[in-house]
Amino acid sequence: MTVTAPPPAAAAPERPVSRAWRLLRAVPPIWLVLAVVIVLIAWRNPTFVEPAPFLAFLRRCAPLAVLAAGQVFVIIAGEFDLSVGALVTAVVVVAARLSDGDPGNTWWLIPLLLAGGALVGLVNGLVTTRLRVPSFIATLGMLLVLNGAVFLWSGGAPRGSLADNFRQFGRFGVEIPGLGQLPYAVLILVALGVGLWLLLSHTRFGHQVYAAGGNPRAAALSGVDVRRVRTAAFVISGLSAVVAGVLLGGFTGVTAEAGVGYEFQAIAAVVLGGAVLGGGRGSVGAALAGALTLQSVFTLLNLLGLAKSLRDAVQGLIIIGAAAYAAHRLRRSG
Amino acid sequence: MRHPLRTMLAVCGAAALFATGCTSTAPEEGGDDGPAGSGTGQQSSFFVQADYDEQIAQRSVTPTGPADQPWLQAINPQLVDTAKYKKAGKHTICFSNAGVNNPWRVVGWTTMQAEAKLHPEIAALTAVDAEGKDDKQISDIDGLLASKKCSALIVSPNTTAALTPAVEKACQAGLPVIVFDRGVNTDCPVTFIHPIGGYAFGATAAEFLTDKVKKNGKILALRILPGVDVLETRWAAAKVIFDKADVDVVGVEFTDGDAAKVKTIVNDYLERHGSIDGVWMDAGATSVAAAEAFEDAGQKVPVITGEDQQDFLRLWQEKKLTAVAPTYPTYQWRTPILAALDILAGKQVPKEWVLPQPTITEENLGQYVLPQLPPLHYALCGCEKMPGFPQNWGGNQ
Repeated sequence: MTVTAPPPAAAAPERPVSRAWRLLRAVPPIWLVLAVVIVLIAWRNPTFVEPAPFLAFLRRCAPLAVLAAGQVFVIIAGEFDLSVGALVTAVVVVAARLSDGDPGNTWWLIPLLLAGGALVGLVNGLVTTRLRVPSFIATLGMLLVLNGAVFLWSGGAPRGSLADNFRQFGRFGVEIPGLGQLPYAVLILVALGVGLWLLLSHTRFGHQVYAAGGNPRAAALSGVDVRRVRTAAFVISGLSAVVAGVLLGGFTGVTAEAGVGYEFQAIAAVVLGGAVLGGGRGSVGAALAGALTLQSVFTLLNLLGLAKSLRDAVQGLIIIGAAAYAAHRLRRSG
Repeated sequence: MRHPLRTMLAVCGAAALFATGCTSTAPEEGGDDGPAGSGTGQQSSFFVQADYDEQIAQRSVTPTGPADQPWLQAINPQLVDTAKYKKAGKHTICFSNAGVNNPWRVVGWTTMQAEAKLHPEIAALTAVDAEGKDDKQISDIDGLLASKKCSALIVSPNTTAALTPAVEKACQAGLPVIVFDRGVNTDCPVTFIHPIGGYAFGATAAEFLTDKVKKNGKILALRILPGVDVLETRWAAAKVIFDKADVDVVGVEFTDGDAAKVKTIVNDYLERHGSIDGVWMDAGATSVAAAEAFEDAGQKVPVITGEDQQDFLRLWQEKKLTAVAPTYPTYQWRTPILAALDILAGKQVPKEWVLPQPTITEENLGQYVLPQLPPLHYALCGCEKMPGFPQNWGGNQ
């Protein structure tokens, strides 16, 4: 999975400069981009990097970052999951109706939602791997099914409301003296991020995900059950969409708009993080950095006061540029 | 009217793929409109002074008709004769609906169906849903005309210009045509039913703010998106009021109607300005999100404007907010059915049927809070005494 050739001096005794250079090159470039964007934001708006505003920024980024961390599994395994945005909407609408504002319902509601998300992922995976429907179509179909089902069930307007103890995950946090409120959403993001990183980069399953996407035939020949691995990746994506839905619903309250467009943002974040569509490359950390970068770029473009139409165009260019850069690196490293 | 707005949102969303989310907002005042002294930017290109003056005046006109049935009331009605449409027997009322894709339209459509059931002389209400698409609505109207079953045709147009030819065609077919909510550029329909309008809505909210906010107080205006006439008129009226008053409009921001974005924007303004004394909203769907952003930042919710959705009214009552809710009442969905029956009975109806547009204030708030109804229910449905209430509107007994 190395990206660039080691510097020519690698064989000779290392000088400190080349050693630092090599360490720097080992860092996915998205982190450097993120750092540059944050510095630019801080230059325009110094309060941004104070603890409370920065934590608030992380809190609102958490749903997208969680989605991206799940999506990266699917993309590395060589597929797409376009259904996550619709799944987030479904989670918010279903949770509102079942919770009905009663805190006593929360304890069974969240496991139920997670089970539902896993089921959606399982169906996506089985349709893709067993029925051999391309995942682009299978998950687009799931998107429409979920949107239609939500509309049918809610009659167009969400009912019920989310209990406070359900909303706290996306809305509140633990008070830390001197620092202000540490949002639960940030804690959940960190825990989930670390967990998924360990799963992808330090387990047998993780290696199989890379193998299934990088060269499915070789993976199959070496004993990897590609279909099962890919299905599992869809289940992970579905579960992460449920977590994102709980966080987003907590943050905003009940709306039928929660999650609209998130599937594209999640894929964009993963691409920004250097994953290659088609599979085999990417990482959880870089996907998280991609999500944070995407959101901080929005913040920066806003701070610079660009007209909305221009902002959209710039965002599009950034995505295309990132994908082109990833493809370029892929060619260079063979 | 809500409906094109949603279409616009969808189009913008698709075009901008990544436009929603946790964006931060510009601290520069006035946004894209360039600098202006009052902070409100340039006046909207949709602003028409005569319409503004008319709507401001209509707010204080006492409407004709029964006070307890505002959907039957009319402001300054000019009655027209309908004898030529008189028809005996049972009627099939046809309805071309722009869409049912937001809570406002869901409440309205439910109410209209309930109204139709109240009248034994209606054999059937045949409705076609255009799903927010102009082209579909045009062919829907063609289809209804071709069926030759309609006694009268009700149209809630998706957009004004695109639907005008289709409505003209329906008029030429000899049917009595009733247009409501959003208008068309022709006077061939027998009647056009609508509440007072956007200027009155925006002005009522802005006047409340300028009245309650301290001198030179900081006001944040949150708009859904630019370029939609019904929303532009709301803001245009508010701008006129703010420019005349001693308030400091620190920002005018577009939210795409996205609650997450609203919270983000409010949070950013609080960080930058320390406090905000008033929030003006061009529609109430995200008022609760705006109020929560203050709570989350540990601040008292300032003077705020909303609409007649239950979630906002409940928050207002619980937290004892200083608030006002101008409305765009959903009871206007009852009127077209009643108008159709009047026309088919040969009774006179107003050529332009302007319905009253009540404002919810602290004094009358209690009567509009309906705990058994869902959070996105619009209180001014005029449906409380209809059969099937509240279950058919999503409520609990």
